[in-house]
Amino acid sequence: MNRIVVVGASAAGLAAAETLRREGFAGSLTLIGEEIDPPYDRPPLSKQILASTWDAERLALRTLDQLTALRLDLRLGARATGLDRQERTVRLSDGTDVPYDGLIVATGVRPCRLPGPGAHVLRTVKDALALRRTLRPGTRLAIVGAGFLGAECAAVARGLGCEVVLLEPAPVPLAHAVGERIGQVLSQAHRDHGVDLRTGVTVTGVTGAGVSIEDGEPVAADEVLVAIGSRPNTEWLESSGLTLDDGVVCDEYSAAAPEIYAAGDVARWHNPLFGVPMRIEHRTNAAEQGMAAARNLLNPAARKPFAPVPYFWSDQYDLKFHAYGYLRGHDVAEVVEGSLADRRFLAAYRKDDRVVGALAVGMPPKAIRPWRQAIALSTAWKDLR
Amino acid sequence: MRIEFDEPKCVAAGQCAMVAPGVFDQRDDDGVAIVLDATPGPERFDEVREAAAVCPAAAIRLVEA
Repeated sequence: MNRIVVVGASAAGLAAAETLRREGFAGSLTLIGEEIDPPYDRPPLSKQILASTWDAERLALRTLDQLTALRLDLRLGARATGLDRQERTVRLSDGTDVPYDGLIVATGVRPCRLPGPGAHVLRTVKDALALRRTLRPGTRLAIVGAGFLGAECAAVARGLGCEVVLLEPAPVPLAHAVGERIGQVLSQAHRDHGVDLRTGVTVTGVTGAGVSIEDGEPVAADEVLVAIGSRPNTEWLESSGLTLDDGVVCDEYSAAAPEIYAAGDVARWHNPLFGVPMRIEHRTNAAEQGMAAARNLLNPAARKPFAPVPYFWSDQYDLKFHAYGYLRGHDVAEVVEGSLADRRFLAAYRKDDRVVGALAVGMPPKAIRPWRQAIALSTAWKDLR
Repeated sequence: MRIEFDEPKCVAAGQCAMVAPGVFDQRDDDGVAIVLDATPGPERFDEVREAAAVCPAAAIRLVEA
């Protein structure tokens, strides 16, 4: 294998490129990124960048020296528009074709939008800086969607003195992800901090003066942030013959085809630890899957299944969440340490007869580690309780 | 090899302590990482490089000779 192309220059693509070099790949290595910025980190966008506690320079994932040392053919500001698997080339937006022997797809996701003009989304550093400029004391901000992104932005905007309305279609924010009782704790945290949280509200569009609501009065706002989830960037692969189904469908090795792997937010792969296909939009997964994809592509005879315990964190007000495992579709969430009332607790999640997840707020690392280990070992619920 | 740790960037994920437990640990109160050995021996290079690569905050930088 002489030529490897990595499409996507964010956390997953960078991790893949670095791993290829660390594992001794000496051939030509092309890294293609749609954004003009060198690889940067996204989690701080809804935290330190929005709060203006960091300058954007601090987001850089690597120094220029570190990037140079990777001997990349770095194509920034270039979008992949097509894949020809017969010719083994990636077509770019400027019309050029980049040939490959091995390919790693890490094109990520883009935010879903609502009809109507002028709403913010938050995915790129440009998005974050544009939103940040509008947030002043007294700014009326309507946030559509009380998922983790919407919730983090609500917390930051309150800290900046904005009037925040948080609009959520579900009766309890994040109930599908963390369970109803913990969702209620999060709701209460918003209300304690002066956020006008309205649940069971379906936003139909952005009006220029706020948002319109299904079967209800419009909500007036100076600025609107739409945080209703993301869509994988797979359009460029539509005529490639690869299987696409809310992401690039991969096997347990993260392979979409013998010479093509996918990693990060865009990849839907079969996680053998949980026995289900999953697509994970977590920062840690991007790096881990990028590394795994690179290793499996380089060493086809010694491939290893990619079987991680997913992990994410979220900062909201003075609360810091750590969540391990696959919480979606759990049967039971149970507080096993601390208490919800104190907002200091560890909850365990059961699916069928095994522990599949754990979520901790304000707990010491040594309280969390055994639960992470239990998830990694597919431990039976009855052996823990 | 020398480890440079940008503590204010740390998000307390604990990935480093999991991958390279002899080199990194976490504070009890907030989970922020602690570097136990800033100049680890060659036998630990692989796991330390892995820890730097999986750090979700890019808070671990390695200066290699």
